[in-house]
Amino acid sequence: MSTETTPPETEEPTEEQASADEAIEPADEQATTSPGERRRAEKRARGAQRDTEWNTEETDDQSETRTIKVFRYDPEVEGKSRPRFDEYTVPYHKGMTVLDALIYARDQYDSSLTFRHSCRQAVCGSDALFINGRQRLACKTQLSALSDPVRVEPLPHADVVKDLVVDMEHFYDQMEAVEPFFDPDDLPDGELEEQKQSPENREKIKMSTRCIWCGACMSSCNIAAGDNEYLGPAAINMAYRFAMDEREGEIKQEDRIRIIEQEHGVWRCQTQFSCTEVCPKDIPLTEHIQELKREAVKSNLKFW
Amino acid sequence: MYEHDVIVVGAGGAGLRAAIAAHEEGADVALVSKLHPVRSHTGAAEGGINAALHPEDSWELHAYDTMKGSDYLGDAPAVDTFAQDAPEAVVTLEHWGMPFSREEDGSASQRPFGGLSHPRTTYAGAETGHHMLHTMYQQVVKRGIEVYDEWYVTNLAVTEEDDPDKRDCHGVVAYEIATGEVHGFHARDGVILATGGPGQVFDHTTNAVANTGDGPAMAYRAGVPLEDMEFIQFHPTTLPSTGVLISEGVRGEGGILYNDEGERLMFEYGYANNDGELASRDVVARAELTEVNAGRGVEDEYVHLDMRHLGEDRILDRLENILHLAEDFEGVDGLDEPMPVKPGQHYAMGGIETDENGETCISGLYAAGECACVSLHGANRLGGNALPELLVFGARAGRHAAGADMKVAEIQTGPSARSEDGEVDTPVDPGAVESAETDAAADETGSTSAESGTVLERAVERERERIEQLLETDGINHADVRSNVQESMTANVNVFRREENLKEALVDLRDARERYQDVGVSDPSRTYNTDLIHTIETRNVLDLAEAITLGALAREEFRGAHWREEFQERRDDEWLKHTLLSWNDGNPDLYYKPVILEGDEQTYEPKERSY
Repeated sequence: MSTETTPPETEEPTEEQASADEAIEPADEQATTSPGERRRAEKRARGAQRDTEWNTEETDDQSETRTIKVFRYDPEVEGKSRPRFDEYTVPYHKGMTVLDALIYARDQYDSSLTFRHSCRQAVCGSDALFINGRQRLACKTQLSALSDPVRVEPLPHADVVKDLVVDMEHFYDQMEAVEPFFDPDDLPDGELEEQKQSPENREKIKMSTRCIWCGACMSSCNIAAGDNEYLGPAAINMAYRFAMDEREGEIKQEDRIRIIEQEHGVWRCQTQFSCTEVCPKDIPLTEHIQELKREAVKSNLKFW
Repeated sequence: MYEHDVIVVGAGGAGLRAAIAAHEEGADVALVSKLHPVRSHTGAAEGGINAALHPEDSWELHAYDTMKGSDYLGDAPAVDTFAQDAPEAVVTLEHWGMPFSREEDGSASQRPFGGLSHPRTTYAGAETGHHMLHTMYQQVVKRGIEVYDEWYVTNLAVTEEDDPDKRDCHGVVAYEIATGEVHGFHARDGVILATGGPGQVFDHTTNAVANTGDGPAMAYRAGVPLEDMEFIQFHPTTLPSTGVLISEGVRGEGGILYNDEGERLMFEYGYANNDGELASRDVVARAELTEVNAGRGVEDEYVHLDMRHLGEDRILDRLENILHLAEDFEGVDGLDEPMPVKPGQHYAMGGIETDENGETCISGLYAAGECACVSLHGANRLGGNALPELLVFGARAGRHAAGADMKVAEIQTGPSARSEDGEVDTPVDPGAVESAETDAAADETGSTSAESGTVLERAVERERERIEQLLETDGINHADVRSNVQESMTANVNVFRREENLKEALVDLRDARERYQDVGVSDPSRTYNTDLIHTIETRNVLDLAEAITLGALAREEFRGAHWREEFQERRDDEWLKHTLLSWNDGNPDLYYKPVILEGDEQTYEPKERSY
């Protein structure tokens, strides 16, 4: 929490960029005066006016820059082996996300700033971070929704590898512990014959299949924090996805119920809903866990 | 050193499918990927998977549509093989538990898609790729296939004969991102490149940040020709601010494109009087930009895609993901207002030259998926044809690499397939900055009969030196070079291409190459050094940007996605041929080979492509 860097050159590149853009446009207008060009010129003027208005409105609570405070740590680099926060001031534009701000800070100020990211559209699940005290995907979190300075930390309850990167191995192990694969008793005989699944059953599993393995739920879970062997919400949701699929084989169904009802399985959940609250894909995780508890009870009754 | 029968580089759709196929043939397989498999960009595919499943449809119709969509630059053996194998590939996926959207009778639904004569696009909501990726990764877990995730393959270990046709691939060199260690991976039977697209060559792209074209760049420098690189698909419906994709499924379900005057542009201005919004992607992308250039764009930048009339129920049932994307990344509620869309770089039709078994001219080196060019998509890919390509050609490459008995390929590859020399007038020299490349794969001569261990060990040693050098150099930040490349490519090598712009891009790229000589990695850490990874990627981005631009400058016609201001017609008399570019030890060599239009059941006669 000691070193804070505010790169001084922050505002200059922005202004240069803006003026360069403006310089090009009038030249275009003079070169041609087709109806299309005139129309565009008029619209540009209207747009510029709108932008100005928007900026004035927003200037009070968010000036043209935003500040992010980012957790830094690298076990092997002098000066970073003790965790600290670095502060970066980034030029703000409408629609800017936390990921955009991190990328800007990395590319403009410090190329050693390290975080996972790839798709930028909330499907690869790489960039779940602890942002202003809550697990969120950096790519779909708008800066405008957060108070300044925006505090960006790695996911809690996971080992930090470096900066915002945490070790995901434990999460992956838990996901794979529920044997997350389809294993039907038998398949249709006919060539090119598919298994049937009712639209209702497909709907039943729909939300559970949306999991992107980001780990936000696991990180938010108090039980998982205290019991390292607890399967956790994502893995149990994965089990739910197969348990509720009418195409799945019965033998496998039984196996999987055994796995999720063991000591560190569904019964550990205390229905605090923290996982459900942070899930970026709105999966009703707690409900799914509760439903599997009922399945486990039913399954046990069957054997009595 | 690690050793496996088959090493698959990249763990997206093609890589996972290849690994499963090789494993089913009994091979000891490893997946090596710079991302964990579920992070791969196949997961972002939205629309669907084409396959002729229904009795009233046929593989011949699917093949015909694909060839027409390719603007007659696909090779018939690839197109036929693809359309024949696709139904089984889709049913296999269903047997693995893929949560397809369903009809009332429980069968997988199929919807209309652009350029298709029959509704044959199977899908899982508007997140088909996500489900396909996860379904296949589940099967990889089930089979216990070894995965080296967050290992970045930086180079191939290939022998150094003068003629690339005679070279052998012995394995790959990989950098373990967590520890910074460089290791050799010896492949007893084959290496399959499945590294995905090169979208990061452009700055407005639907592709992930990880899509830097590593596979094509490595194969190119090792001596495999790159094929048809000029053909880049610009998807007509991407969100203006981020490039996030809005699926063609929206138009498939009945979504309508409007200009700023509220006119249904596809019909109002005759861009596609029959198919309207469902014309092929290249047609729709050009239509939109033409509207914007004529002053009829919204905010002079984009057009509107309206799906409100479909009704909330249908949207939620089939396109719910689109609502989330429009809301999260553009702040627009698709149920209440039309969504802003504009063309964005989406897909590379070209890539590593392979035959229909996925094999390149280098023995033991394969490629599949977007990084490969088999050539299926020719000058333009149809929506819904990329995912089945991953399945079909991923599986074929996996089987062939694992030694399965397969029909000998009809498509010829490598220098021996050359039919004509190419000529292109460039303002600057393309290729390596110094004639003696220090970091390319095949730079040292002599000892060509070296044992595999030696070839691999030398490749490992070279990579270690290169990485040390990058870490020790106090140089410029690669990000500056990369952003210059992306900006120049988007400005000059976009949907509409002009000779002077293409030449300007080559000048910019030359400048970027020279500046890249001075890059350095400022993060000294061996732990998770993404600065180093991105710096190495930028070299790949440079090579591919140049290959795309050279192809675009050489091809003096308008075909599919490749539009040239100076050449407004498709010229079948001269250009029914593939563009090939060979690295040639740093002096790129452009040449051609003919398109194969004679198929199993039909010979495809080039016709005018109207929708």
